[in-house]
Amino acid sequence: MTAVRTELRVGLDLVDVADVAASVAQFGDRYLQRIYTDHEIGCSRRPGRVGTGGAYAMESLAARFAAKEAVLKVLRPVGARPAWRSIELHRMTEGWCEIRLSGTAAALAEAAGIDGLSVSLSHEANLAAAVVVGWSTPRVGGEG
Amino acid sequence: MMVDGTVDGTIREVLGDHGRLAVPVETLADDTDLFGAGMTSHASVNVMLALEDAFDFEFSEKMLKKSTFESIGSIRAAVTEMTGA
Repeated sequence: MTAVRTELRVGLDLVDVADVAASVAQFGDRYLQRIYTDHEIGCSRRPGRVGTGGAYAMESLAARFAAKEAVLKVLRPVGARPAWRSIELHRMTEGWCEIRLSGTAAALAEAAGIDGLSVSLSHEANLAAAVVVGWSTPRVGGEG
Repeated sequence: MMVDGTVDGTIREVLGDHGRLAVPVETLADDTDLFGAGMTSHASVNVMLALEDAFDFEFSEKMLKKSTFESIGSIRAAVTEMTGA
């Protein structure tokens, strides 16, 4: 008899948008470039706005931070955690996002047997949330 | 640059300013769990950046683990390792 079982892992995180705005105001580009990839920063930029604070959609940045934390909950790092930039929320041309891992994050996913990740983002004016599901390809067990 | 001339004092000042703690920083013991005391993951980013400013160094990727920021004692150990303070 062959047993086939898909393992699912779920991560959820919630971020206060005002906290992100305060970080951008206080630490500026150093905060942005430590946490977000160039693609993510570009996706969160508000066209026509100038100045670090007004140039970004804070709820978009907050949702991306929540997604990175949700991915970490799925990856379950025991020691050093991956750099935030090694977890990218990549916005597809159709508008939805997918998660792209690199470096330590990709290695953790591979070690855990996680073959795919799916993300859903949501935000209101004050709060942003992300849910991430990771799944593993069914392993063939038993004889044969 | 250290805020009050001591490593512990500077760490406590950074935590008070950026940690979003639910309790006064003065009440924290060396081994109090900061995440249990209300510090969020996002607040820990601000703590990290503020510590870098205060002590003039940059945390290496290998130090970016939750345990580095889980207590005043663990933060002091990381700062000491990075600066030799």
